Amino acid sequence: MLKIQNLAVAYGGIQALRGIDMEVPDGKIVTLIGANGAGKSTTLRTISGLVKAQAGSIQYNGEELLGKPISSVLAAGIAQVPEGRRVFPDMTVLENLKIGAYLRTDKAEIEKDIEWVYELFPRLKERHWQLAGTLSGGEQQMLAVGRGLMSRPKVLMMDEPSLGLAPLVVQGIFDIIREINRQGVTILLIEQNANMALKIADLAYVLETGTITMSGTGAELLADEKVKEAYLGKKRNK
Amino acid sequence: MQGILPYLINGVSVGGQYALIAIGYTLVYGILRLINFAHGDVFMVAGLIMVYTTASMPMYISIPLVLIFTVILGFAIERLAYKPLRTAPRMSLMISAIGVSYLIQNLAFYLTGGLPQPVKTPIPWISDTVTLFGASTKRVTVVTPLLTVALVFVLVALIKKTKIGMGMRAAAKDFETAQLMGVKINSVISMTFVIGSFLAAVGAMLYFTNYPTVAITSGGMPGLKAFVAAVFGGIGSIPGAVVGAFLIGLCEEIIKGLGQSTFSDAFTFALLIIVLCVKPTGLFGEKVTDKV
Repeated sequence: MLKIQNLAVAYGGIQALRGIDMEVPDGKIVTLIGANGAGKSTTLRTISGLVKAQAGSIQYNGEELLGKPISSVLAAGIAQVPEGRRVFPDMTVLENLKIGAYLRTDKAEIEKDIEWVYELFPRLKERHWQLAGTLSGGEQQMLAVGRGLMSRPKVLMMDEPSLGLAPLVVQGIFDIIREINRQGVTILLIEQNANMALKIADLAYVLETGTITMSGTGAELLADEKVKEAYLGKKRNK
Repeated sequence: MQGILPYLINGVSVGGQYALIAIGYTLVYGILRLINFAHGDVFMVAGLIMVYTTASMPMYISIPLVLIFTVILGFAIERLAYKPLRTAPRMSLMISAIGVSYLIQNLAFYLTGGLPQPVKTPIPWISDTVTLFGASTKRVTVVTPLLTVALVFVLVALIKKTKIGMGMRAAAKDFETAQLMGVKINSVISMTFVIGSFLAAVGAMLYFTNYPTVAITSGGMPGLKAFVAAVFGGIGSIPGAVVGAFLIGLCEEIIKGLGQSTFSDAFTFALLIIVLCVKPTGLFGEKVTDKV
């Protein structure tokens, strides 16, 4: 279980997180929803070690992650699929997958995992020789997810995987997220597309200007009047 | 033709020397987006180390020592002067680089007493005189371009095929995402300084063995021209730096061959201005990948 307690983060003179508590139980899909600038990405970036925290703790199975280098967090089994895909455009699809396994030395297992990613995303197999920069947005997102899986993470954190993609493609990405979860990978998903995220989430948190204001199962929040109004674009029936 | 030939041979050789220095500039720029102003001075220090070690030790000890000390110097510069500024604005990094450049020159002034150090024992074999196509030259002139090309091949293979090379390519493109993949950014950056300094040390030995003295300002001109070569070829690109260096070396020597020696330096810097105006990304500047 990934356990975040009283996490506070500030940078550039902005208090991005004001002491949040959240839990990501093993094997679940957990989502963090909220408006632009609420601190969702900051949360993920702090877990990964890209951003330093002021106070609080981030523990994974009892092991403190705060203050550890980025590569140690990854080695502990927590990988991040960054916002905006960030594939390496002048490397091939295959090279992008291989760099996802950068910390691993078990060559035979890496080959197996490449096949596993190809099974999840047959499109990547067809295009394995192509430069990642020439892929479409949806394909790049598949590659970013596949690359994230190549470290064989126990927890995969995804930052806005639906950003800038066509609705049909988004549906495909969410199906894959479910499939990955079914195969045993815990998911921490950040989304502005609250409707989609809540539908697949076991557990959900609402983040507003650096504070967690609500939590519950995906279904509970989906039915909540305040959530409906603020994030699902539905008017309250009066 | 017979008249211009020695100049062509010289040009290729000078180009090789520029290339060995230019790679150091281009590698560091590719990853840190920093023009490492101290690089020319590292080249000069390698020359000084060569003068001192060859005077007192046999070649098979002194040559490795030059390589090792220069690599340590390059590594130390990065750790002490650039690493603490990792999150600082790029301007601070550049000012730090200028500071290191002057620091090295002043230290060298202190050590040498400001006197040019004569190269008393040039590296044997490569400083023998040979005759090539009827032109008489030192063997180093022929060895330099060949060695340069061989080293470039090794370097490109290292970057294309090895894990650390993959880390370097990833870091050059996207620092943050590379880190998320587990690339240890500090070791990758150190590696670029180690490679750059190693090649500069090889370049210095080939350059100064053909030269009467090493002075504290000796790194200035070759360093600057190698920098122009790196910009001309497209800074950040290794093939660019190599091609740019050979072209500049050739052009300079051809101008000398035409009896216009006065203008050979001016040509190089005029070329820099033209490149910056007309095609700032250089010959092989970062390409934009198009969607298909």
